[in-house]
Amino acid sequence: MSQLGDVPTVGNEVVLDVRTQDMEINMGPQHPSTHGVLRVVITADGEIITSARPYVGYIHRCAEKIGESVTYEMFVPYTDRYDYLAAMNNNIGFCMAVEKAADLEVPPRAVWIRMICSELNRIASHLLAFGTYGIDLGAFTPFLYGFREREWILSLFEKICGARLMYSYVFPGGVANDVPDGWFDEVLEFCDVFEKKWRDYDKLLTRNKIFIERTKNVGVVPPEMAREYGWTGPCLRGSGVRYDLREAQPYMYYDQVSFDVPVGRGEMGTVGDCWDRYNVRMEEMLQATRITRQCVQACIRDTNPGEIQGDKPKTLKVKPTEAYVGIENPRGELGHFIVTDGKDTAYRLKVRGPSFCNISILEAMLPGTMLADAVAIIGSIDIVLGEVDR
Amino acid sequence: MGSFENRFEPNVLTTTVDRVVNWARRSSVWPMTFGLACCAIEMMAVGASHYDLDRFGAGAFRATPRQADLMIVAGTVTFKMAELIKRLYEQMPDPKYVIAMGACATGGGPYYKYGYHVVKGVDRVVPVDVYIAGCPPRPEALIDGLMALQAKIDRANFMRKDAAARAVPVGGSA
Amino acid sequence: MEFEQLANRLAEICPGAIVEKVDLDNPDKPTKDPYVVVAADRIVEVMDKLQTDADLRFDCLLSIGGVDYPDVMPKAKKGQPEPELIPGRFEVVYHMLSTIKNHRFVLKVLLPHDDEPVCPTVSNVYSAANWHERETWDLMGIRFEGHPDLRRILCCEDWVGHPLRKDYVFPKEYHGISAE
Repeated sequence: MSQLGDVPTVGNEVVLDVRTQDMEINMGPQHPSTHGVLRVVITADGEIITSARPYVGYIHRCAEKIGESVTYEMFVPYTDRYDYLAAMNNNIGFCMAVEKAADLEVPPRAVWIRMICSELNRIASHLLAFGTYGIDLGAFTPFLYGFREREWILSLFEKICGARLMYSYVFPGGVANDVPDGWFDEVLEFCDVFEKKWRDYDKLLTRNKIFIERTKNVGVVPPEMAREYGWTGPCLRGSGVRYDLREAQPYMYYDQVSFDVPVGRGEMGTVGDCWDRYNVRMEEMLQATRITRQCVQACIRDTNPGEIQGDKPKTLKVKPTEAYVGIENPRGELGHFIVTDGKDTAYRLKVRGPSFCNISILEAMLPGTMLADAVAIIGSIDIVLGEVDR
Repeated sequence: MGSFENRFEPNVLTTTVDRVVNWARRSSVWPMTFGLACCAIEMMAVGASHYDLDRFGAGAFRATPRQADLMIVAGTVTFKMAELIKRLYEQMPDPKYVIAMGACATGGGPYYKYGYHVVKGVDRVVPVDVYIAGCPPRPEALIDGLMALQAKIDRANFMRKDAAARAVPVGGSA
Repeated sequence: MEFEQLANRLAEICPGAIVEKVDLDNPDKPTKDPYVVVAADRIVEVMDKLQTDADLRFDCLLSIGGVDYPDVMPKAKKGQPEPELIPGRFEVVYHMLSTIKNHRFVLKVLLPHDDEPVCPTVSNVYSAANWHERETWDLMGIRFEGHPDLRRILCCEDWVGHPLRKDYVFPKEYHGISAE
C-alpha cells in the first residue's frame, strides 16, 4: 500500500482517472464577433472544439414573401436590406433578373454607372470586412482606418442618390438619377488616393506578424470541400479556384474592362486558409479601383448625360415567365430566381444569398479547431446575416 | 449664509446630489454591442472616427450586458430574437436605458405589412426611452438620439427608481 | 456546353430520368432559362451523375427553391359544363453551376399538391443541399426524405405553418407578443 492509501498504481506511478466533461458554449446571437445575429452552439473539450451547430434565422425578414406582395419597383428598397453592405450590388442583381424576365433594355450610360457603383460598393464592403476582421482578432486600428475611406465612398453615394447605406438607386430599366457635376472627377480622385492608402492597410494588417500567426493554416478549406458546399466568391477564390462571374460569365460590360482575379496561393500557409481568403479581398479592392477608373473613362467618352432610363411602362407588368440571374456580390454569387405571372408583382422570388451557402460549412469545418480560431474562421468567411436570413 | 459668502476660492462649487449623479451617468453611458441588422453599420460608423461617439463618453461599447448601461436596439427585431432581447435587457444592471434605433425597432419599419416574422417595434418587448427615426438613421440622428437620452438622464431623480423624466416635445434635448 | 447538349448528355447517361425538356420556345411553359423536369425518384441518381460525369462536372449546387402552384378552380360559365379542377403542384427548382466547365443548368422536380409533398434528399451528393432543403422545408413545407436533420432554419423552431405557401395565414401573436 502506498502512502496515499488505496490508490491505483502501475509500478511506481499513480494512475488517476481524471474525468472531464465537454463544455457547451453558446456563441451569440449577441456577440461582438459574429458579424450579426449568428448563434453557434459549440461543444469544446477544453480549448478544442468537438462540435459546432450554427443557428440562423434571427434576422429573417421575410424578403421572399414581400417579393410576392409588392410591385417590382417597390421591392428595390427591400433588396438593399438583405446584404446591407453591398446594397448597390443587390439592387443590380434584382433589377437584372426583372430585366431578363421582362426583356427591358438598359441604356449604356446606366450600365456604366451601375458598374461604377457596384465596384465602389465592393471596395466599401471589403473595407468593412477588413476593419471588423481586425477587431475580431484584437486589432482596433484597421477598423478606424478602413472607415475613413468608407466614409468617403458613402459620401460619393450620398451625392449620387441621397442615401448613405440603403441606396435604392438602381431600378428595373436603368438608374434613378444621373450623376451630378464633378462626381466623376471625385471618383477618379478617390481611386488615386485609395491606392496609396491601400499600402497603409497592407502594411498594417496583411504583413503583420501577429495577424499572420493567427490566420495562417487556420480554417483550411481545400477546393473540393469549397465546391461541395456551394462556395462562391472570394471564399472560393481563397481556396485556389479561379472562378469569378465577372470574368467567366460577364454581365453588364465586364467583358470590356480588364482586371485580374486574385486567387489564394497559400503564400503564408496552406492554400485555402484564413489568410488567403483575407488576402483575396484585399487584392480585390485594388482591382475594383482599376475597374472603376476604366468605367468612368468609358462613361464620359462613350455616353451622353441624361440617358439613364430605358423604355419602360409606367406600371411594370411582366408576362408569365421564369428567369434566374446570378451576379458577383462581394460575398459570392447573388442569385435572383423570379417567376412572373403577368401581374405587377412577382409570383415567386427566390433569393440565393451567398452568405447562406458559405456559412453552412461551419458545422463541418469547426470541429478540431481551437475556440479562438473559430472567431478567425467566421470572420474570414465574411458573412452578412441579413443575406443569410433574408 | 453671510459668513460663507466670498470666503472661499472659486474652486468650491455647490450643487445638488442629483445633478452630480446625473452628470456622471449621462457622461458615461456605455452601450452594449447590440447591432442586429443594417442600423448596426451606422452604429459602427458613429463609433468610428468620423462621427466619434467617444466624445460623448459613450464610445466604450461593452460586449456583455452586465457592464452596459444602454442597449441600442439597432436593427429589426424578429420573433426568434425577441425573447433573447428580453433576457439581455433583464441582465443589464440598473439604471439602464434603451434606444430604439431606426424604423424597424421603432415600429416594424418597412416590414410592417408583410413581415410575418418581424415584431412591430421593440417596445412590444422592452421599455424604450428614446426612439430614433430613419432607415437607417444617419449617424447624426443617432447622436441626436443619444443627446436626447442624456437630457432625459439629466432630469432624473436618482433616489426614485422609475422616475421617468417629464415628457419632452419632439426634437429632443430640452 | 449549351442547354441542348447538356440535356442530351444527361439523357444518355440517365435514360428515362428526364420527364420533360422545356426550351425557350415552349408556348405553354414560357421561360427565359430552359430547364429539364426530372422524376422525383430519379433525382438522386441524376444529381450524382451531374457531379461525376466528365462532360458535365457540375460541382456547385447554387440553390434549391420551392414554388407553390395551388389548385385552380376556373369560374363556371353559363351554359358551359362544370369546370374541372386544375390540379396544383409544388415545384422544386435546382440551379446548378459548373466552375470547371463554366456552364449552368436548371432542373425541376414536380410534386403533387399535398399537405406535405415528399422529395428525396440530395444532401448526400451535394453537402450544400443540406441547408437549402431545410429552408425549403421551413418556408414551403416540402419534406425531403432521408435528410439527416430536417428542422426549421429561418423561422422559430415552433413556428406554425409554412410561410411561402399561397394559403398561409399570418399569425396574430407569438409567445405573447402581438403580431398585429
